[in-house]
Amino acid sequence: MSNPNMIGLIHNEVMKIASKKRLAVVIVILVILVSMFTYAQYREIQEKIEKQGTLDWRVELQQEIVDRQNRLASSGIQDEFRQFLEFDLKQKQYYLDNDINPNYPGAPTFIRIFFSQGITLVLPLFIIIIMADIVSGEYNDGTIKTLLSRPVKRWKILMAKWLTVLLYTSMLMAATVIVCYGVSGIVLGYDGWTAPILTGFQASASGEFSTEYIHTLPMWEYLLMSVGLAWVVTAVVGTISIMISVLVKNTATGIGAMMAVLIAGTLLSSIGSSWTSSKYLVNLNFDLINYLEGQAPPIEGMSLPFSLTILGIWAAACLAVAFWNFTQKDMY
Amino acid sequence: MSLKPTVQLKNVTKIIGKKTIIDNISFEIYPGEVFGFLGPNGAGKTTTIRMLVGLIKPTSGKINICGFDVRKQFVQAMQRLGSIVENPELYKYLSGRENLQIFARMLPDVDEERIQEVIDLVDLTARIDDQVRTYSLGMRQRLGIAQALLGRPDVLILDEPTNGLDPMGIKALRTFIRKLVDDTGLSVLVSSHILSEIELLADRVAIMSHGKIVKVGSVSDLVGALSSGVDWRVSDSFRALAIFKESPYVQAAELYDDHTIHTLMDEGRTSILNEALMKAGIEVWTIERKVQTLEDLFISLTGGDHIV
Ligand SMILES: Nc1ncnc2c1ncn2[C@@H]1O[C@H](COP(=O)(O)OP(=O)(O)OP(=O)(O)O)[C@@H](O)[C@H]1O
Ligand SMILES: [Mg+2]
Repeated sequence: MSNPNMIGLIHNEVMKIASKKRLAVVIVILVILVSMFTYAQYREIQEKIEKQGTLDWRVELQQEIVDRQNRLASSGIQDEFRQFLEFDLKQKQYYLDNDINPNYPGAPTFIRIFFSQGITLVLPLFIIIIMADIVSGEYNDGTIKTLLSRPVKRWKILMAKWLTVLLYTSMLMAATVIVCYGVSGIVLGYDGWTAPILTGFQASASGEFSTEYIHTLPMWEYLLMSVGLAWVVTAVVGTISIMISVLVKNTATGIGAMMAVLIAGTLLSSIGSSWTSSKYLVNLNFDLINYLEGQAPPIEGMSLPFSLTILGIWAAACLAVAFWNFTQKDMY
Repeated sequence: MSLKPTVQLKNVTKIIGKKTIIDNISFEIYPGEVFGFLGPNGAGKTTTIRMLVGLIKPTSGKINICGFDVRKQFVQAMQRLGSIVENPELYKYLSGRENLQIFARMLPDVDEERIQEVIDLVDLTARIDDQVRTYSLGMRQRLGIAQALLGRPDVLILDEPTNGLDPMGIKALRTFIRKLVDDTGLSVLVSSHILSEIELLADRVAIMSHGKIVKVGSVSDLVGALSSGVDWRVSDSFRALAIFKESPYVQAAELYDDHTIHTLMDEGRTSILNEALMKAGIEVWTIERKVQTLEDLFISLTGGDHIV
């Protein structure tokens, strides 16, 4: 292999990040989080056994269905919430009718829930912790001068940094799966990889429920899809944070800006669907696993292909801005 | 010189905003010479060096390193150049060796053996596996030089390399650069705002002020041009000035006070002028050969810019 090559440049970036021990920090946070969630689950199970005497998911599901029905019967609930409840009710009924446990106990289900909950905030946050200073750190330390006066074209250096973001996104996904599995399994048991799970519910914001495309998947296949979608979202967040890192040249400001993007996304999608063109915002399209679960999207007209397209366009635009800026600008 | 220049600037201008930071400068550096780049704070030395290493684009003009255009053939140009811009900026959280390994991967054909070679060259063997954050300034400086030399460059650029070094360190650096040039025949560009330092180290000097190069020449030429200052103490300096101004032997005459005139003149003609003054009835009290320093030249060239 002749130097300088892309592998060598990525090796350099990995060396810099590894010595800052960011991935280790993230793993420690993960272990703490997952331990807490696992313990909470454990308490919940204990409580149910105490109440019901047994742990029968059919009884539990039936109870939940009754609960939904009661709530729907009561007056004064908002239309949007009514739709959500109706859809949820139908989904649960479908599980019960087909004799499939939606929450098969075990570590794989824990992983499923963790990814489903973590895709919009926790996982993107982790990639920001690891990657936010990949460019701005070089400005802050002044090393950008040494780096960019070496015989390697600037676009190659940024490309290596971006590929390193993708590499660490993959490592983050792997670490999350491993930690979730290892820690939650202690309490919940390690099996359930092949438990069936339903996907393909059609849900529109208007609340139509269709069973046309529903099919069962083994858990491992469903998880693979979940992790894949989480990878996409995390990689897009990493790409945006590279652009911000190039533009603002200051790590603290960059992290602040990224946090604003993430939190604004969660806020906007909970505020609701009146502002329909907000569906073109990148941060409203982070909840991809939602589509697997068949929940109603925050805004009508959103679907998995739609969200993937929007994410792709935003990522490409951010890359274009980052590369243009990084290769053209004077470095002081 | 018949050798091809290793560094060549042609009519380089840099405008930032509306300010002309570098104003149409040109110079060349040849193999085997130490080129001093001298100017007060804010003269534009670092800006020029940033353009040389491709960090910023000149607004107009051309820069070549060993015949390669820094903008169009960036990679080839940078393969022949090693530099420290302002401070030796290295990864503080890595060890010295890891730093060198990182920059080695950005160069063609630099193996572990070469890395060890430059470590020995700058005499950092004992501390090379420690984190750079634990290094003293002098050690960082040496690591920076090691980094710059990794790729066996034809041009070495050091921006104010003596900043923060003690007199011993400065002397050691001087010896090091001299030996490096003698051994490898590379070109070195050293910027500084300290005259005495450049005087001792450089073969040729460019003096820069307000973004312009006011003078380029060998150190000996510059020193030679200086030795002909003569100060006169006379009874009436106003009338004497008129006589000096008319004389073909006086290049410059300047009134200092009622009785003193500074001149730049041919020393051999002092007695002729003395006679002329006496004939005009002006008493000559003292004639003093003024040994000017580069400092004086600098001040006269840069219009009294502050210099250390
Ligand atoms: N990014 C910038 N924007 C505007 N002006 C700048 C910029 N960088 C440098 N300058 C100006 O350019 C001039 C030259 O600066 P430069 O750093 O090249 O000086 P220098 O000769 O290296 O000085 P010193 O001896 O202090 O290092 C200064 O007046 C400075 O204010
Ligand atoms: Mg400077």
